[in-house]
Amino acid sequence: MTTPGEQPVEGLPGLDPRWSRFLTVPDASGEARRWHVLDNGVEPTEGTLLCVHGNPTWSYLWRRFLSEAAPGWRVVAVDQLGMGWSTRRAPARRLDDRVDDLGRLTEALGITGRTVLAAHDWGGLVGLGWVLEHREQVAGVVLTNTAVFQPLDQPFSALIRLARNPALRQLVCVQTPTFVRGAAALSRPPLDREVRRALAGPYADPSERAAIGDFVADVPLERDHPSRAAMERVAEGVRGLDVPALVLWGGRDPVFTDLHLHDLLDRLPHADVHRYGRASHLVTEDVPETATTAWRWIGEKVSTDGPETFERPAQQVDRTAIWAPITARATESGSAPAVVELHDGVVSTTSFAELEQGITDLALGLSDFGVRRGDRVAVLVTPGVGLTTAVFACWRVGAVVVVADAGLGVRGMAHALRSARPDHVIGIPKAVAALDALRVPGRRVVAGHLPAPLGLALRHPATVASLTARGAVLREHGTQLPSLGDTDEDVAVFFTSGATGPAKGVVYRAAQLQGQVARLAGLYAGDRDDAWVAAFPLFSLYGPAMGTAAAVPDMDPTRAGTLTAAALADAAAAVDGRVVFASPAALRNVVATAAALTDGQRASLARVRVLMSAGAPVPVGLLRRVQELVPNADLHTPYGMTEVLPVADITLPGIEAAGQGDGVCVGCPVPGVTIRLAPLDALGRATGELTTTAGVTGEILVEADHRKQRYDRLWATERASSRDAGHHRTGDVGHLDDEGRLWVEGRLVHVLSTADGPLTPVGVEQRVETLPEVVSAAVVGVGPAGTQQVVVVVVPAAAVSVRRPLAAGELAAAVRGVAGVEVAAVLAVPRLPVDIRHNSKIDRAAVSAWASQVLSGQRAGRLA
Amino acid sequence: MKVLVTGASGMLGGGVARALAARGDEVTVLQRRPAGLGFREVLGDVADESAVREAAAGQDAVVHLAAKVNVVGLEADYVRANVVGTRNVLAACSTHGVQRLVQVSSPSVAHAGSSLVGAPAGPADPATARGPYARTKAQSELEALAADGAGEVPLAVVAVRPHVVWGPGDTQLVERIVERGRAGRLPLLGTGAALIDTTYVDNAVDALVAALDRALEVHGEAFVVSNGEPRPVGEIFGDFCAAAGVPRPRRHVPAGLAVAAGDVVERVWALRHRDGVGQPPLTRFLAEQLSTAHWFDQRRTREALRWIPEVSIAEGLERLAAHYRR
Repeated sequence: MTTPGEQPVEGLPGLDPRWSRFLTVPDASGEARRWHVLDNGVEPTEGTLLCVHGNPTWSYLWRRFLSEAAPGWRVVAVDQLGMGWSTRRAPARRLDDRVDDLGRLTEALGITGRTVLAAHDWGGLVGLGWVLEHREQVAGVVLTNTAVFQPLDQPFSALIRLARNPALRQLVCVQTPTFVRGAAALSRPPLDREVRRALAGPYADPSERAAIGDFVADVPLERDHPSRAAMERVAEGVRGLDVPALVLWGGRDPVFTDLHLHDLLDRLPHADVHRYGRASHLVTEDVPETATTAWRWIGEKVSTDGPETFERPAQQVDRTAIWAPITARATESGSAPAVVELHDGVVSTTSFAELEQGITDLALGLSDFGVRRGDRVAVLVTPGVGLTTAVFACWRVGAVVVVADAGLGVRGMAHALRSARPDHVIGIPKAVAALDALRVPGRRVVAGHLPAPLGLALRHPATVASLTARGAVLREHGTQLPSLGDTDEDVAVFFTSGATGPAKGVVYRAAQLQGQVARLAGLYAGDRDDAWVAAFPLFSLYGPAMGTAAAVPDMDPTRAGTLTAAALADAAAAVDGRVVFASPAALRNVVATAAALTDGQRASLARVRVLMSAGAPVPVGLLRRVQELVPNADLHTPYGMTEVLPVADITLPGIEAAGQGDGVCVGCPVPGVTIRLAPLDALGRATGELTTTAGVTGEILVEADHRKQRYDRLWATERASSRDAGHHRTGDVGHLDDEGRLWVEGRLVHVLSTADGPLTPVGVEQRVETLPEVVSAAVVGVGPAGTQQVVVVVVPAAAVSVRRPLAAGELAAAVRGVAGVEVAAVLAVPRLPVDIRHNSKIDRAAVSAWASQVLSGQRAGRLA
Repeated sequence: MKVLVTGASGMLGGGVARALAARGDEVTVLQRRPAGLGFREVLGDVADESAVREAAAGQDAVVHLAAKVNVVGLEADYVRANVVGTRNVLAACSTHGVQRLVQVSSPSVAHAGSSLVGAPAGPADPATARGPYARTKAQSELEALAADGAGEVPLAVVAVRPHVVWGPGDTQLVERIVERGRAGRLPLLGTGAALIDTTYVDNAVDALVAALDRALEVHGEAFVVSNGEPRPVGEIFGDFCAAAGVPRPRRHVPAGLAVAAGDVVERVWALRHRDGVGQPPLTRFLAEQLSTAHWFDQRRTREALRWIPEVSIAEGLERLAAHYRR
């Protein structure tokens, strides 16, 4: 059937010309149509992956799905009629025609038996239309930035609406290559020039672009559009599609937005999702590993050797347990303080009875407002009674709270919340106004006593106060909150700090959250009567969850460094606080402002029994100075992460006993936690058999019941982090010592891959930092994996030249003398790039890129 | 083993001849002027076919180092010394049934001027090699490797490319740097941070001996040899100066300017010194060499030759300093 004499498509990056084939198939009118397809020609013992592109691309988009095909899989990527290298002679085609065309083509190609569809853009409608007509052979669908439905009342992309104007359409789509170039220009960072050329290749001349205009004209945005009925049929049909589905989504697509993603997930609630926040419309181009991910998913969910599940099974759980201590204390000692806030010298105390009633009333109000079990509610409220009330009210109605730390900044937070897609947002006026501007979805409930800006109040009439008042009325009328039963469900999405990459949503179920609270209580809370001072937002929630009073000191909760020693002491005094939680950044300022403490304030701090600090490494020097302020306290620095907390714990004497070693000693695993290492191979990949043998360096894995349920809408990340049953892969590297203590040696992505094997950076950095002439150091590799050279970038105590980063001979010799490893070069800079949030985690990727540039002989720009 | 070493008057060639003799090999040396090494000596030019044929008679192996290595000169002189010389060696090996040939080459045969970062050896390419030296060495390496396996008694050819060899008594590199440093005329190009591989002479000698021993197993391949300890060019040059008791260079010249200046100097020099005598202070080739990274992946070399450098850069610098203190 292949037409002889036609030139295969060749000379394009990543495309094997042997895939390229032409064939002629009659369409519904009986006219012979010439098609071009990419076909790997494999005997489909496993099945066939059918790939359908959109407008204005072509089968080239799927080249990696062909080159990375799993064994036994035939992959066929089609060029739709009028597009790619298929015929230009076919008349304009409607959606129905295209679905019919595709059916005739797959029949001619002999695509029978198990088939998985992969589709992009408007290829989604065409491909899913085909799926509905071939339901018996379809075993799965992989969808990338596409849509099957566009509501009439929702404005569609201005770009496409503009392009659909008949006069403009000819100009933008056909007469000029604007539309063709525009599609490829959305990618950030820009696509490789050769790839852009390849994508635009079939559309060089206006005569080749007619179908691009026709395709745009066939987008059924109007009720009476001739393809509207076909679209609605497909859109409704998809609701019944119970085959495995994977959605790979670029979050920065101005055409197919998160609204379309949400619509798809609404229709395919069982779909696995990976949303790439920074990728654009051409997600398979911006994120090349999407092909790998798709094949891994097909292997797990579709292949014959049986689907393998990595999802943690749901358990039974007492859903009330998380708030039961509040209810209990409200009943037995209702006037006891629960949450104490200090602000500008004013102490506001909320008793357990008031807290319990506030939670119940707001829960009833939220329920009345329409917050349903399983709904996501983003809570953007300042730590204190407002936050505690809102979060527990959500849990009472079975909602999932979404919490993103304000330290992410407004944009980072908006990015996080768009990916989590809350159904509702409870936020202070400032946060709600900011999120409105940044297109974060969800119905708003405005929190706080401040008069809302007029516009805000008009747009979002619901407030926490109004819902609480409504709830009180309902309660007085005897309305009860619905029972949640004992099924374990999602209760929270916590966002990671984003210090080591884009913030990730981490989903917790009730049992896991309760486990976390119990472990933390076991470690630090001790007696219920030992009140807390919580300079950590999370802990102002967890105090009441344990039936313990929590004081929130006077500080800017978005900037930990604003906590003063006096504010900490006053908060301790207000509740006779014995247990203190504060971040290293906060403690740094506490130490810096200690001189202003009065004798009374010092006495309050002297009553503190336990002080815990976490979130970033806490230098011993800082801990020693803190110890002087809280002389009777045990100082703890637990190790853990948003995905599982706590993992290990160590005290100041423990750190001192451990002494110097390769990395940072974070102590022994806490009860209920087992730590294992995945040893590193020669290239620094954590591929070894899991071990607990002392002295073996590897990726740190944590086995614990209180670990996360999963990452949110990051299927590939989740799959990678949970690939060892029962464990979370932390992405940190380290080793256990003979006494069972864990030493953290850095991040896996920062491991150097030298000719002598992998090298972790932290131990070397610590040794270099013992030099008096060095303030801080970063160890990075330059060169290809397997033969990288070690580079030490130092911030010296003396001044340095930004233009001449090569360290002076004496400094270089001193660094080499203590490094303990072969060092190729020593560079000196005024400062190292660190994360904004902790102000301490070095951005080693940036350092490595900069050092590579300098050491290849290029002009040295500024590093930080 | 009976071994002919060509070009034994140089630091590296002399070192190889002595190392082979020290372990009991029967060494013959071939060079233009007496080397005073005390081995059987054939005086002559490698470009002289009969001299080479005479020297190769009865040998089991040849280590071919003789070459024109200066950075400027007439193209014809390079061709004669490097291409014709190698052809004569190959012909003599064939005539006398020599079984092993170690062709000493240079990493510059595969270097088109861009920076090399952890690079593999790469194929020699006369078309892109920079300057007449690299061009003719590329041509001769290609011809030598093409002769691998040829002849009734098959000839095993191994090409070894030592990168920037230095050590006590080195007149090619260390002496010149130290001289300039002493005169205060040693600027650093760019930031002086370009990472370059170097090879302490004893390690290069060991690698050539290892290549000779491993020739029957790993023939037909080219290997870059270095200490595997790249250093910023400014630092290693400064270390040479320090070892000689001369102040480290402090002055910097923009790299682009140096490359341009080198180009001009090279052209003017070539016009004025048509006889090819003497060396210009800076060439484009040298400027590029000293302002871009070039260091190599040593894993394949070490595995194939079963060789590792015995003398570290630090140890080598101490030996250099001891040499200058004498």
